[in-house]
Amino acid sequence: MSEYRDETMMLKTPFHSRVEAANELNEWDGWSGYTTPVAYTDVELEYFAIRNSTGVFDLSPMTKYRISGPDAEAYLNRLVTRDVSKIKIDRVGYVIWCDDEGQMMDDGTLFHLGKNDYRLCSYTRVMDWMSWAAMGFDVRIVDETSEVAALAVQGPTSCACLSAMGLTGLEELKPFGIKRFTFADTELMVSRTGFTGDLGYELWIEPQHAEALWDQLFAAGKHYMIKPIGSSALDLARIETGFLQAGVDFVPAQDTVRIGRSRSPFELGLSWLVDFEKPVFNGRKALLKESVEGSSYRLVFLDVEGNKPAANSFILVGPEQVGTVTSAAWCPTAKSNFAFAQVEAKYAEVGRELIAEIYYQRELHWTRLLAKCTVVAAAPFNPPRRRQTPAPMC
Amino acid sequence: MDSRTCPWHALRFDTGGHVVKKYDAIVIGAGHNGLTNAAYLAKSGLDVLVVERNSYIGGATVSRELHKDWTYSNCSYVCSLLRPEISRDLELPRHGLQVVPYGGGITFMENGDQFGNFRDHERQYREIMRHSPRDANAYDRYSADVTKQTRLIRPFLLRTPPDPTSLKPRDLKELAMLARAFTEMGEEGLADTLKFWTMSVGDYLESFFETDVLKAHLAGSGIIGTALGVYSPGTAYVLLHHYMGDVDGTVGAWGFARGGMGAVSAALAKSLQAYGGEIVCAANVDQIMVRNGRATGVALKDGTEYHADIVVSNLDPKRTFLDIMAESDLPEDVVNKAKNFKIRGSSGKLNIALDGLPTFNGVHPDSTLMIGDMHFSDSLERLERAYDDWKAGAWSRDPYCDMLIPTLTDPTMAPPGKHMMTVFVQYAPPLINGREWTDEDRDAFGKTVIDQIGNYSPDFKDLILHAEVRTPRELEAEVGLTEGNIFQGELTFDQLLFNRPFPGYAQYRGPVKGMYMCGSGTHPGGGVMAAPGANAAREILMDLKRPNTVPGAYADD
Repeated sequence: MSEYRDETMMLKTPFHSRVEAANELNEWDGWSGYTTPVAYTDVELEYFAIRNSTGVFDLSPMTKYRISGPDAEAYLNRLVTRDVSKIKIDRVGYVIWCDDEGQMMDDGTLFHLGKNDYRLCSYTRVMDWMSWAAMGFDVRIVDETSEVAALAVQGPTSCACLSAMGLTGLEELKPFGIKRFTFADTELMVSRTGFTGDLGYELWIEPQHAEALWDQLFAAGKHYMIKPIGSSALDLARIETGFLQAGVDFVPAQDTVRIGRSRSPFELGLSWLVDFEKPVFNGRKALLKESVEGSSYRLVFLDVEGNKPAANSFILVGPEQVGTVTSAAWCPTAKSNFAFAQVEAKYAEVGRELIAEIYYQRELHWTRLLAKCTVVAAAPFNPPRRRQTPAPMC
Repeated sequence: MDSRTCPWHALRFDTGGHVVKKYDAIVIGAGHNGLTNAAYLAKSGLDVLVVERNSYIGGATVSRELHKDWTYSNCSYVCSLLRPEISRDLELPRHGLQVVPYGGGITFMENGDQFGNFRDHERQYREIMRHSPRDANAYDRYSADVTKQTRLIRPFLLRTPPDPTSLKPRDLKELAMLARAFTEMGEEGLADTLKFWTMSVGDYLESFFETDVLKAHLAGSGIIGTALGVYSPGTAYVLLHHYMGDVDGTVGAWGFARGGMGAVSAALAKSLQAYGGEIVCAANVDQIMVRNGRATGVALKDGTEYHADIVVSNLDPKRTFLDIMAESDLPEDVVNKAKNFKIRGSSGKLNIALDGLPTFNGVHPDSTLMIGDMHFSDSLERLERAYDDWKAGAWSRDPYCDMLIPTLTDPTMAPPGKHMMTVFVQYAPPLINGREWTDEDRDAFGKTVIDQIGNYSPDFKDLILHAEVRTPRELEAEVGLTEGNIFQGELTFDQLLFNRPFPGYAQYRGPVKGMYMCGSGTHPGGGVMAAPGANAAREILMDLKRPNTVPGAYADD
């Protein structure tokens, strides 16, 4: 008989002691069973750390799978829609995967760590699907979520902070590149990746070295105005730069219960990630069909008139409802009122004018606003430093 | 290299002068309002030229490297009032402008204690409570009252003031709107508003608070840039002027322009150029040329002439009407009004490069209070005495300082670990006992301020690498602000709304056909709002019967 183990309801990340000490607001949320901060001191200032100096986000709860074995590359090429063979060793690729109906299950980052050795990071848990898809492939899939501690270090001074910590040569790392360093006699892996649309890096290390990493990073970053950030600030940054969030901007296909609630990559504006040159991948047949016959919906970016965020708004054409907003915010750096909406495909062309039905409250008084909005091609925040190599220092 | 070569170089002149290319409009002065005005005119398709006296653009919104590797916002230093509608419409973020909010603030007390103005409301409550439990609670009443007043004024910032003597439908409509806004305040609200617009900031704050240091901390906003004391009528409105801005909808919040205030003018210039506008630097206007009662262009001191049917002055009213326009071209009343326009210098400024972060008595070096505005005047009485010195024709021996360390927020303005400090100082008179400032006066003024800071920071003086000291003399000579008045004219009720700059000329049109004003000397005044420039552009386009390119204000509800 196995021993009965009593555990706390929520887990703590390897950085928890440091996160807790820094969390002056004591605002917590849960993320995949881990206790994570919503905000540490001030959401607005945390957001501006990402855009003006450096914000540090504990992303340890991110689901991480190690995929290895002789067929790892072939297997992943079957799983995801883009051509994995084009992601070289020590490079990271943004990938999506679909079910057999070509409906989006999730997106994630695929790290090519070595020959036939990969790490897939995703928002959702995907072990079941990956195991099904592995049939016939010689691969090993291990959930290493709790075995890797991770920090996102994002913002214009992020390279300066990390260089000051002794990570020399980091400025030469290209976007989506991986570089390895030695830290406390162990490997510290750094990737130039992130969820902010800014210059930024993600740090990956064994959990027992997490606290030391945090301490050194914050000591080195002091002069660069380094600041820990919670999920609220990160959410604002990702909206401003146009990054989708699973569960917010689309429902992972495997979670949908009602007919028609899942979306395809085409409907989410991710067709650039679908490579039909590949002879076989999950969902290919359905996606090929959709590419010919057209999609029902389209996720669009909207520039909304005025300064009231169009959160949860209906999108109208005349009196008719043609869509809904999934994410919206007043973007403090881009100074624009920006929203993502799912609309019927025929209303999605760039330049199209739509109406957002916005409700907002002031002193218990609700106002309904019909705000003009325009479909725009791209999100408003996309600074050159995001792509520059060598990376700028401020 | 030609002296007129600058980053915003415009072709189409030759050094011999007298190149005649006719523009649709010429704007005099590449300060933020001149650039805003020009950008909106260019956006409408007009061929626009901005002429700037200095070799650099920006006027009082500049970033300057006066000590190697240090960037100073050496005039205006913080940003809140810049209209978000303009920022968005002219795509200033895309052109490089980022305004980063800051929090906190502190007033150091002579007795070694302090008042920390925490950004977090509950933390602020506890801090005020330390001084007075009643004041801690009264702060909410104060906030609500100030917010009421800002809500009244904010919708008018991007509107042209109505002419109360006019029977034109537009004026009547605008007057009705103004009347409606007032009536909505209710009878008591209206009385409060009139009181608010005319009373002193000291009296106003005393109707809420009993703690000296709290009143002193808040009163600073009522005197900044104004040659009045905390007990002078009209200063309560000046406080309001500093509260009516916002950063991303947080009304009353202030921020730093990343890279210094020059980022504001640089972004405006890029926007202007994207619309096809031109800027020429080192172009010192001698006179606005007028023929048969119509503006025809500008003549530079070097003899070069630029021609246009529209000439817009971004200079203050005194400089515009008494300096670059011939008296014979103007109605007598305008000359008199310009002479009587109140634009008294009251302030100076220190910009200091520091070898490290100074420590202040009683404040942890990592405290968020240091990120905000710091002051040393802990009572209204000390503030009033500081004003007494100004009246006597001297700088304040115990000056009011609005001191900030932008490098605790902005990583671009000094090397890592080093700092830049901006110290706005009041009071400094335009003349010392009726005579001009000398270099010795300037240095002694600087020493007064440095000593004041040193009284509260033991290591401050040792950290100074370079200090720029600016008195009204330097502000006038370098920036062209008469008497060094930062608002291009005092923001008192007699010079506001349809009285700004003077009655009959508050709608941006000058007394000569085709001549306009777009500077902070017009409604709604100074503070790096860009509203005067935008409002003036709307009037010009209306006169030209062109479609309006200037956005309306966001609903402020």
